[in-house]
Amino acid sequence: MASICFYFQVHQPLRLRHYTVFDKNDHYFDDYKNASICRKVANKCYLPANRLLLDIIRKFEGRFRIAYSITGVLLEQLHSFSPEVISTFDALVETGCVEFLAETYYHSLSSLYSRDEFIEQVNKHTETIEYLFGQKPRVFRNTELIYNNDLAVLVESMGNFDAIITEGASHILGSRSPNFVYRPKYCEKLKLLLKNYSLSDDIAFRFSNRDWPEWPLTAEKFARWISDVNGNGNVVNLFMDYETFGEHQWEDTGIFDFMRHLPEQILKHPDNDFKTPSEIVQAYEPVDTIDVPHLISWADTERDLSAWLGNAMQSNAIHELYRLEEKIKNTSDDKIIADWRKLQVSDHFYYMCTKYFADGDVHKYFNPYDSPYDSYINFMNVLSNLQSRCSGQALLDQNSIANKALMGKNFLTEQKTEDVCCPPVGGS
Amino acid sequence: MDSIKVFMLGWEFPPFISGGLGTACYGLTKAMDQLGIQVTFVLPRMVESTYATHVKLLTPESQMPMSTLKLSELQNVVFRTINSPLQPYLTPDSYQHRIEESLRQKRSGNVSSTSQCSGQLDYNSDMFNEVHRYASAAVGLAGNEQYDIVHAHDWMTYPAGIAVSAMSEKPLIVHVHSTEFDRSGENVNQMIYDIEREGMERADKVIAVSHFTRNIIISRYGISGEKVEVVYNGVERNGSDNCALPETGIDKDEKIVLFLGRITMQKGPEYFLQAARKVLDAMDNVKFVMAGSGDLIHQAVEMAAELGIGHKVLFTGFLRGEDVRKIYKMADVYVMPSVSEPFGIAPLEALDNDVPVIISKQSGVSEVLMHALKVDFWDVNEIANKIVAVLRYPPLEMMLRNQGNFEVRKLRWKDSAQRCAKIYEETLKQFEKCIS
Repeated sequence: MASICFYFQVHQPLRLRHYTVFDKNDHYFDDYKNASICRKVANKCYLPANRLLLDIIRKFEGRFRIAYSITGVLLEQLHSFSPEVISTFDALVETGCVEFLAETYYHSLSSLYSRDEFIEQVNKHTETIEYLFGQKPRVFRNTELIYNNDLAVLVESMGNFDAIITEGASHILGSRSPNFVYRPKYCEKLKLLLKNYSLSDDIAFRFSNRDWPEWPLTAEKFARWISDVNGNGNVVNLFMDYETFGEHQWEDTGIFDFMRHLPEQILKHPDNDFKTPSEIVQAYEPVDTIDVPHLISWADTERDLSAWLGNAMQSNAIHELYRLEEKIKNTSDDKIIADWRKLQVSDHFYYMCTKYFADGDVHKYFNPYDSPYDSYINFMNVLSNLQSRCSGQALLDQNSIANKALMGKNFLTEQKTEDVCCPPVGGS
Repeated sequence: MDSIKVFMLGWEFPPFISGGLGTACYGLTKAMDQLGIQVTFVLPRMVESTYATHVKLLTPESQMPMSTLKLSELQNVVFRTINSPLQPYLTPDSYQHRIEESLRQKRSGNVSSTSQCSGQLDYNSDMFNEVHRYASAAVGLAGNEQYDIVHAHDWMTYPAGIAVSAMSEKPLIVHVHSTEFDRSGENVNQMIYDIEREGMERADKVIAVSHFTRNIIISRYGISGEKVEVVYNGVERNGSDNCALPETGIDKDEKIVLFLGRITMQKGPEYFLQAARKVLDAMDNVKFVMAGSGDLIHQAVEMAAELGIGHKVLFTGFLRGEDVRKIYKMADVYVMPSVSEPFGIAPLEALDNDVPVIISKQSGVSEVLMHALKVDFWDVNEIANKIVAVLRYPPLEMMLRNQGNFEVRKLRWKDSAQRCAKIYEETLKQFEKCIS
């Protein structure tokens, strides 16, 4: 039996506007650029891909099943700029064949820097998904699939989740296969789903690469590779950015046609089926324990954190950001807190990456800045303005700080003016 | 193919340099020498051996009208100099001064012509006389030489290049280190433009020092793109890393922002000063150093005063040798706000001396440097923003310095010379095809 588990990551960053040291305004984001990119990606990817997958789901009457993880920062942008996308996700949810996963609302690296902040963001995301789509996520994926033993223990202790997802990196698996369910070391209940990066990347990265010996990749060929797993594994986890469809791989590469025919080809084999992550968790028991003492991610060939924290500017920027946490939260100013959280979006640090700078590769394509240096300067200028806004605040007395300690719980309702996606105060 | 023999026409060479051209010719010929390319390098003036420099010169036969000398470190390069018939200078100092002065004026073109109209005309006529005298002397020299190809550097040598090439029926390559548009903006000197254009048209190949310059050659001079190749300059490493410099007495609580270059329209000194004004709005413990001389120096001093930052801007005049190294040692950031810079070797030297650089996008060097901050020369707000960022955020300064220094090591004259050698070969092949 080989169960195919599709999970699509759906995210767009919040791009900062050009912000010099002379700017005093507290509006940090490039609304025009964010809006136009959001609409562009909606038209090229989200809308056509949702339509396609909805058609397939209806066609196979429950046999084709998929999962999404949508970040809070994207939901906010969709709500403002392309609300029709949210209703097409709604239609997908209605089919009963779609599962939503949990992650940090702000697509942040908070798991590395602040446990409290991390938990608040995960809760905020869970509540938002529940509010919008009526589903309480049971499977957690961390930003960029960043993972280690400590994270698994933390996520298990939160009590909401049955499983966690990460990269099936060769160096954590050794000779083992990613096509099984595992258990994180030091966890008792939580299960671990590992991305099959080889098959996932065949679609996400290599699909249109004419230098690749397997080009062109047909649904038939891919289904054959999947069927080869039969006997050697239970699951094939195909995890990728949703923007693969129409944005990373343009429509004229044939990516939509590939996807249209894939389920049919895969289901031709009687031993194959599609499952969502939660269904995988229910169907299969862990075969082994996986020990990941060092942090991994799904990025680049290194599968480490160097794309976000690989140089002095990146680590300086992120340390300065999290150093402000207490100060920011003490202001109890919703706008300041929201701005601070939006600065946590991991992409801000990705833009500062100098790793492949000279080669001008994938890092460059998604980078709104001419250079990592410009991105760092811009970010630091914004951060120092944000910092000055904190010190401008009158000091709060102990009493009100204590009240704010409960803020994590009520955070969603307190954010109502900012977060249009969140439930209204008092509910209905 | 046997090693190629090149008849190279230059205008300046260390120690007689007023800017990038001499530095580039030196770097390129030295690297060609190491590749075993035979170069005969023709200079318009006799080179004085008494002038102190790190380059050892053999004493020329100064009595002879045509003198030959060899730099001892260059095996395959022969220098031919054409003694100036115009006037014998009394001392090396005044000689030097005259050359520098005339080169400076020549390079600044007729920016100043509005203010010094009559002087400019005289100077121009002298200059054109020089150029043509050089051409006829070069033809005379060329008759006694064996070579495969003629390579001429910048407009002053194009007439010579055309003449020698026509006489010898050898292909001509013109090497464009700068154009009249870089030097003079839109107020081009028509005579210089005509000489440049004729040189490019008559050449079998045009070498531009950057794509920035290649675009000017194509769009402003109407030269076909197929004929124009880009060869970037390199940088000469001075091994300056471990030299102990005397204490400078500058209080290191103060940050130093450096402008180093000729103070002429082309280099954008006014943008530097306007940016300085803005930086001082944001932080106080900064000083701005303008190192260099040029026809806009008085305006620059006045402008600093008008902006109310006279006490924050230091003018050092023209610096050389040790003094340049000292000033780099003190500087926290180097700014090149050039309006139009065909290449720009100075930022590479700054990086070589561990100084982070901010360079204008209107420069060739911005095509080869990734680890530099880039600005539009007119965007003084952004120049100031970036200066403040480098001074305020230590990780930025550190990364620009380290990565930039590393990057500069990859820009070697050897690669430039190899590119030239390849262009020679292709040109010769094409040329032979045309003849046969």
